[in-house]
Amino acid sequence: MARVLLSFGYAFWEIFMFKKIIFLIVGIFAALPVFAQETIKIGLVTALSGQSARAGEAITRGLQIAIDELNASGGVLGKKFELLRRDDEATPAKGVIAARELVFKEKVTVLFGGLDTPVSMAIVPIMNEAKVPYMGPWAAGTAITKNGANPNYVFRVSAVDEIVDKAILQYAQKTFNAKKPGLILVNNPWGESNEAGLKAAMAAKGVTPAGIEKFEGNDIDVVPQLTRLKAAGADSLFLVGNVGPSSQVVKSLDRMGWKVPVVSHWGPAGGRFTELAGPSAKDVHFVQTYSFFGNQRPVGQKVLKALMAKYPDIKSAGDVTPAVGVANSYDAMMLVALAIKNAGSTDGDKVREGFYKIASYDGLIKSYKQPFSATNHDALGENDYVWTQFIDNEILPVGIKK
Amino acid sequence: MLVTSALITGLGLGSMYGLLALGFHVTYAVSATVNFAQGSAMMLGAVFAYTFAIRLGLPFSVAAFISLSLCAAYGALVEILAVRPFARRGSNAWLMATVALGIVADNTVLFTFGKEPRGFQWTQGGFDVAGIHVSYLQAMIPVTGLFLAGVLNFYTKNTRTGKAMLAVVQNPEAARLMGINVPVAICAAYALSAVLAGVAGMLIAPLFNVNADMGTVFGLKAFAVAILGGISSAWGVMLAGLLFGVTEGMITALLGSTYTQILTFALVIVALALKPDGLFGTAGVKKV
Repeated sequence: MARVLLSFGYAFWEIFMFKKIIFLIVGIFAALPVFAQETIKIGLVTALSGQSARAGEAITRGLQIAIDELNASGGVLGKKFELLRRDDEATPAKGVIAARELVFKEKVTVLFGGLDTPVSMAIVPIMNEAKVPYMGPWAAGTAITKNGANPNYVFRVSAVDEIVDKAILQYAQKTFNAKKPGLILVNNPWGESNEAGLKAAMAAKGVTPAGIEKFEGNDIDVVPQLTRLKAAGADSLFLVGNVGPSSQVVKSLDRMGWKVPVVSHWGPAGGRFTELAGPSAKDVHFVQTYSFFGNQRPVGQKVLKALMAKYPDIKSAGDVTPAVGVANSYDAMMLVALAIKNAGSTDGDKVREGFYKIASYDGLIKSYKQPFSATNHDALGENDYVWTQFIDNEILPVGIKK
Repeated sequence: MLVTSALITGLGLGSMYGLLALGFHVTYAVSATVNFAQGSAMMLGAVFAYTFAIRLGLPFSVAAFISLSLCAAYGALVEILAVRPFARRGSNAWLMATVALGIVADNTVLFTFGKEPRGFQWTQGGFDVAGIHVSYLQAMIPVTGLFLAGVLNFYTKNTRTGKAMLAVVQNPEAARLMGINVPVAICAAYALSAVLAGVAGMLIAPLFNVNADMGTVFGLKAFAVAILGGISSAWGVMLAGLLFGVTEGMITALLGSTYTQILTFALVIVALALKPDGLFGTAGVKKV
């Protein structure tokens, strides 16, 4: 009898515990949406591995510093920001999968893109269709923001190829007295975007290129292409390629023994350029939107201090590499917060309208005055570029140090 | 200058293709199987050498020796894990198994070595020939490739163990009865194949960089070279490698880079249509 009672007691105990577990599970699931509502999710799809891993890390750091600062002051709409990152491995297909997951499953309010124009170009149609704002803090392809969609949900705080291309020509003419430049471009949509931009910029100034050569991202030797340009009388080279391909061009120039001025888009900034390209890396002058060297405005001092406090590997301005990723992302995140604040909601369309209502913002790169409008989705213009070079592993403004 | 420069570039690249393709030849000659993880073996050669020479600070010669030994071990492992179990049953699944093992190796390196490519300039400097600058490495690569092809050819044709290895593929059972240790011979061929790939990896590293997926495209091109040359001939694959590299360089220099891949691979198809056994290969005779 006692044994029967004991069995009943044990059975009741099991049912009780089972119910408790069920309640616990139900409770957790019930609590999840509440927790989700407490944050505004910001997505980031960028290369976190491969040749451009450093660029992805820089974007992350810029966003995180801005988010920490925003959250410390209470966030926006009474909610704090939360950053969700995904690695696109510099591959459009992987970028699309990651973007879909962040937009449709995680329900991010704004999605940030990364370094690669081809990846951004693949994601842009998804964002316009999903009516979720997309912010580009790095990829400079002209067609990313000028994508033909109406309404257009794509914004950018970064360089724009067609403007950079004009700046490249102007800088080469002024600094190296370039009269017959040769174009050496990576064979992908980013290279194509700049081919069109450079051709237009040169046509406007009556300059004829010595030649236009393409190379693959995994080409080991670019000597044949460079030899063609040399034979055609190129007096300078305009280079477009990410850090790996750009270093292949520099090493090939070394092997040829050809000392020629190289003016580049900002690809070299994306990784260990000096280590990959060798000692001649310093001879490449490339465009950036920001440098933490020199006199900093209060915002610059504040961001550098926050970076040094949060990341132990940053001990001085030279360790913020590539600075452009950090600076663009920091300002872009601050502008996103203002857009959400203006929208008074996380609804995609209202946030898009919120961008247009930003009157001014004293940022890291500059003091923005109405950075976005219905016809302009690019916050930076041709006066916002600085020319830099690698000295050892630091990106410095040209001429600051030999 | 355009042609000479393209020739120098082509010979350098072609020798690297040839070295990798020699690896395909070695295993095919001994076992009628090939290691599709050959690109990974090339990558491992570069990654090991970088790790021992740069991260651990060993002299390059010591780092190279250890790296090639590890490549040999990797090659043997490929044979034991991905080829032997299938070839023994007469299955062709080794084809996919070697590809899979290569992917496993690439991804293991990705997580252990790191995701960022690293620079590895273990040699620098050069000399001028007829007004054209040639780096020491560019000169060293074809010499190394041709030297290794020569050694391999001599070894298989003129030494007892070399002949024994070739005997294995013709009739494994007869070879076994004649006292040849067939499994060891095949395993040794795979180890040698990986060593050749490792040498190519170390030679490529200063020209390119060191990263986990550096062997993928090279492995593919090397296989095309092996087929083009006639996979049964050591000299054939090495010469086909040089021919492939020079063709690539010449097309780029004379017609522009847009046409390089289109015309190079179109020429491979044409060459194989005209000579199905490869440019320097001979048709296999099978008695029925």
